[in-house]
Order: sequence, then C-alpha cells, then structure tokens
Amino acid sequence: MFDPKIVAFCCEQSGIPAAEMCKSLKLEVYANLEIVPVPCAGRMETIFLLKALERGADGVLIFACHEENCQYLRGNVRAKSRLLYARNMLETIGLEKGRLEICNLATNSGVKFIEVLNDMVEQLRKMGPNPCPSSEVVKECVNDKSRSKTN
Amino acid sequence: MKAGSNLEKVLSAGHFALTSELGPPKGNDVSVIQKKADFLRGNVDAVNVTDNQTAIVRMSSIAACSFVIQMGMEPVMQMVCRDRNRIAMQSDIFGATALGIHNIVCLTGDHHTFGNQVNAKNVHDLDSVQLIDMVRNMRDNQTLLGGEDKIEGEIRMFIGGAANPFADPFEFRALRAAKKAAAGMDFIQTQCIYDMDRFREWMRMMRDLGVHEKVHILAGVTPLKSAGMARYMAKNVAGIIIPDALIDRMAKAQKGADEGIKICVEQIQELREIEGVHGIHIMAIEWEHMVGRIAEEAGLLPRPQAA
Amino acid sequence: MIKAVQKPIDEILSYLDTYSKILLSGCGACVTVCHSGGEKEVALLASSLKMARNKMGKNLDIMEITPARQCEPEFALELAGMVEGVDAILSLSCGVGVQTLARNFNNAMIFPGVNTVFMGETVTHGAWEERCQACGNCILERTGGVCPIARCAKQLLNGPCGGSSKGKCEIKEDTDCAWQLIYDRLKSLGQLQKLQEIIPAKNWGTESRDKGPRKIVREDLKI
Repeated sequence: MFDPKIVAFCCEQSGIPAAEMCKSLKLEVYANLEIVPVPCAGRMETIFLLKALERGADGVLIFACHEENCQYLRGNVRAKSRLLYARNMLETIGLEKGRLEICNLATNSGVKFIEVLNDMVEQLRKMGPNPCPSSEVVKECVNDKSRSKTN
Repeated sequence: MKAGSNLEKVLSAGHFALTSELGPPKGNDVSVIQKKADFLRGNVDAVNVTDNQTAIVRMSSIAACSFVIQMGMEPVMQMVCRDRNRIAMQSDIFGATALGIHNIVCLTGDHHTFGNQVNAKNVHDLDSVQLIDMVRNMRDNQTLLGGEDKIEGEIRMFIGGAANPFADPFEFRALRAAKKAAAGMDFIQTQCIYDMDRFREWMRMMRDLGVHEKVHILAGVTPLKSAGMARYMAKNVAGIIIPDALIDRMAKAQKGADEGIKICVEQIQELREIEGVHGIHIMAIEWEHMVGRIAEEAGLLPRPQAA
Repeated sequence: MIKAVQKPIDEILSYLDTYSKILLSGCGACVTVCHSGGEKEVALLASSLKMARNKMGKNLDIMEITPARQCEPEFALELAGMVEGVDAILSLSCGVGVQTLARNFNNAMIFPGVNTVFMGETVTHGAWEERCQACGNCILERTGGVCPIARCAKQLLNGPCGGSSKGKCEIKEDTDCAWQLIYDRLKSLGQLQKLQEIIPAKNWGTESRDKGPRKIVREDLKI
C-alpha cells in the first residue's frame, strides 16, 4: 500500500500545540509526515505549497487557527486565499486540487489533528502518488533528512 | 430651402409632419423593401431607412434608400458613426445626394457588440455632433472636413439628429440637443415616448433653450403589440422608459395589439398639443402595415402635397 | 501603469514544447503591480511549468530572473550572462519588454508569457481598470479628469449617446457611463459650461498610432 508523503505547515499558535497533544494522548500519528512550524499560517507563501509538491510531497496540509482567532488578525484568512490560488494553478496543470487542504483548529484539537491527517492519507491514496516530481528530486528529498522535523 | 426634400417642404409650410421607419433586408432580397414601401406609401411624408440597426448586418441604408426612391417614396437616410470613417461617410454622402437622397439622420449607432459581428473593429472616427457639423459644412460651404478641398457639385441635405429624453443624465439631454442644433441640425426625431411627464419636462427645457425655434422636433412613438413586449423593452432596452400604468393597461386588455394601437393614437393626439412638437416619427418595428391605420385613426391622413 | 494577464499555461507549454532549458524573466515594474509577472509570479510559474513537464516525463530546467524593468537596454542586458546557456527565453513583461529583449538578443527565441491588455489604475487591491489609450492629445481639463477616449465604449467627444442609463453604459451593466462621470465631476467643479463647447473631429492621424508607430526624440537628452 502506498504511503503518501505529507507536508504539514503548522501554525505555532494552534497546529503545533495540537500535534504535541497527540503525543501526550499517546495517539498514533501517521509516520510519512513532515511538519513545518510557522509562527502564523499567514507566513506560509503560495510558492511553499507548489515547491512542496515539486519536491516530492504527495499532499500538503495547512493547520491554522479558527477564523476570527488569528493572533495576527488575518494570517489564517490570507493562508486560505493562497491555498485557493495554488489550487487554481494545480488545476491548470492537471493536478488534483485535493492535494492541498487547510484545517482550522485550536490548541487542544489533538484528536481533530489526527482525524484530518488520516482523512488526507485516504484521500491521497485514492489519488495516487504525485506524478509531477522528477526522479532526481524524489531521491534528493529522501536523502535530505536534515530538512525534516518529525514529531 | 436647404435641400428641397418633401420632408423639408412639409415642415417649412407649417404642416404637422409624419415619418416612419423601414429596416432593410438581411441580405439583398429587394422584395422585403417593396413590401414595406407598399404599406407606407401615401401614409407618411418620408421614411427613415435604418443603418445596420443594433449592429446587425443589413443592406446598406444608401442602397435601400435608392430602391425606396424607385418605389415612389421619399427616404431619410440614416448614417451611424460606428462603422464608417470620415472618408467613407463623405464619399457616401456624395453618392447619396447624387442618387436623389436629400434627408439624412446622423446617429452615434448602437454599440457593435449588440449585433452579429461582435469582433469587428469599432470605428467611431466622428461622433454624431461632429457628423452633423461635417454635413452642414459640405452643404453650406461646399468643402470636405477641414475646409480645404472643394466639392464638385452641390450637397443638398436636410440634416436630422436623434434625441433621447429618456436617457441619462437627464439634465444634460436638452443641452446635447442644443449642441447638435448649434452644429447644424435641422430636425430631431426622438426616441419612442411612453413617459409623457418626462417628455413634457424635456420639451420645457428645449423651449427654455430656444431650440424648438431652431429645429423641427418630431416626437417618436412605437405601438406596443403586447404586455410582454412592453415589459421586455422596459427591462432590456437602454434608454426606454415605460410607466407601469401603461404595462398594466396592456396586460388587462382583451386584445393586446388593438390596445397598443389605441394607446399610440392617444399618444399622438396628446403630443400634437405640446408646443414645439412639429410632427411624429412612428417606429413600428416589423409592424409597418399598422402605420397606415395609426395615421388614419390619429387624423393624420391624407398627407399634405407640398409644392 | 501597463496591465497584463498571464497567458493560459497550456499556451505557454505549447511554446516550450521542444525546449529543455529556458530563462524565465519577470519584470519589476508594471507587471509586478498587477501581479502577473513579478518575482513571485516568476517563482510560481516556474514551479508549475516544471511540475507540468515532469508529469509528461519531459524535464524542463528553468533559470529565474526578475530585473527592475525589461524595457530599457541597461536592464535587459542584465540577462546577457544567462542567455547563452538556454534554448529560449520566456518573458513575463509587457509587449514592450519582450520586444526590447528581442532587439538586444538577436539570436534568442523569446516567448511572451503574458497578454498586455491596457494602461490602467489600481482601483483597489486586486482590481484594475482601463484609464488611458495614449491618444496623443490629452483633454482631461475639459472633461473633469475622466477620459472619454479610454472610458467611453464609442469614444464620443461631445456628450453621452442615447444608451446611457442610470449612469451605466448600454453595453455593460457594471461599467459606468464615462459621460455621466464627466457630467457629475464638471457639475461638482461648477464647470458645466465646458460641455457646451463643441469638440471638433479628432486628429486620429497625427495624435495616435493610426499613422504608424509613434516616436519621441529628444536631441537635448542625447549623450
């Protein structure tokens, strides 16, 4: 069975604490996951989403605070519009929009974190591996452990 | 006499004038013109021949006008600014007057995107005010635009323009007509009238500016065929206002067409009473056979035989 | 500034079909302002093109650069070092920039990546509207700062046509009638009498491109 490679941009105000909570709840977290902490989901630029796919990820998740709850006011809203922009670009090159998703949650949403992650895994299994990265890039990503920050 | 056309003679003699409209065929089937001319002959002083109205390609106005003359009627050639530059316009005016066409109405033209050649290049070299000025110059100074080149022969044209009291900005509409008058317009044909109050107000503004003494104003009317037609026009045609009371009246009528004719006749009688209105312009789109009946019932027949 | 929109990616891919190494050049001026060809857009397009080509199994190497502008020789020549090593250049600048590159890099194949559409104003972030058509004889002082050549669908000079209704143009409900705007502005300036002057037929020949492409030459500025 294919284990999709997922990159998750996690807001340090919500996504990271939720991920931490999974550890304390001793929940099993999907392994082929690379977490990238960001001070706010709004730090995440559109190009990060595309680059992640270009460099071998099968799917990308953004974990952001609930709308109305962003410490930097509209960072989560900006993140969403960048996600939509990136999805439109994916559509033009024939790649599935569902490879990019955003989830709004709170600091204590450990269970939600796991659920969303597992849903994404299933979604990506149905879509199949990312057809876009070249074999050189995949090799490069697999070998470059220093860039990943696993939980 | 500026041009000596029948329309000019009728108006100059102080008669209440009557004109109507004829759309040329969407091709070269001359029988279309023949049929319409047969309905209109004797019922009007002159007939407007439209110029690719709503930007739908039809036989050119100049060609159709020439047939109208052969069929025993006096045409009023319409010329829009949308499709021709000043070279083509002056050239066509040479040809028109040579063919015996001595009435012209100078119009901006409906935007080409309304028609059936939406990717055409918009011309609009001149606007309607500049066109009126150009024709007046050709007639009175015998030169081309620019005043340099002499024209061989006399250009005798009775110059008309359009006015729309129902477009916006309302406060500017009478001023725009005054501008056209200053540019050389001899007569006006208005957009079809349903909102009498607004028309009266516009006429008051025209009289205040003294335009009614400089140009002959012909009030436009269009008979309604049905309540559906009234609703459609009110909603979809820019620059036409139809009061709800009128739409209701059409909706309640037993026979829509008859009621529409009745309303049109009443409108004509009401318009005759307004100071400054010197005639009526009936635009009976694809209903030319009703013009005779309307003229009859409004007491406008027989038409005067001006010397 | 000049506004442009990116060409559909299918069209761009069809241009690049036989090439495997290109230089993708953005422009730091007009196309950055309208988000179609600046540094960010260069990065996004490069990533999309690479992924699209990988999907076809045909690798595409892309070098990225975004000079301050592409429409002047000094800036265009910044690309000189990179042009040698590539098969073609994809330029996201307006038509002017593409032609400047073509003139300066005689042997390079240059593809336009955007369609240049108009000169316009940023009405609000993300929305731009046409304002000027470089007609060559600006009459904005008599039209209250609203241009009828650029903003009237029929380029009328002596007032609105009969299709102006409730302040909107007859051809598009969401487009303001330029003459309504002119009227309103002149009214608020107390200058309505300017509308009574007849503006004569325009010199489309000497004042705009109807006599061929225009030039300005300033001898006093030549070095």
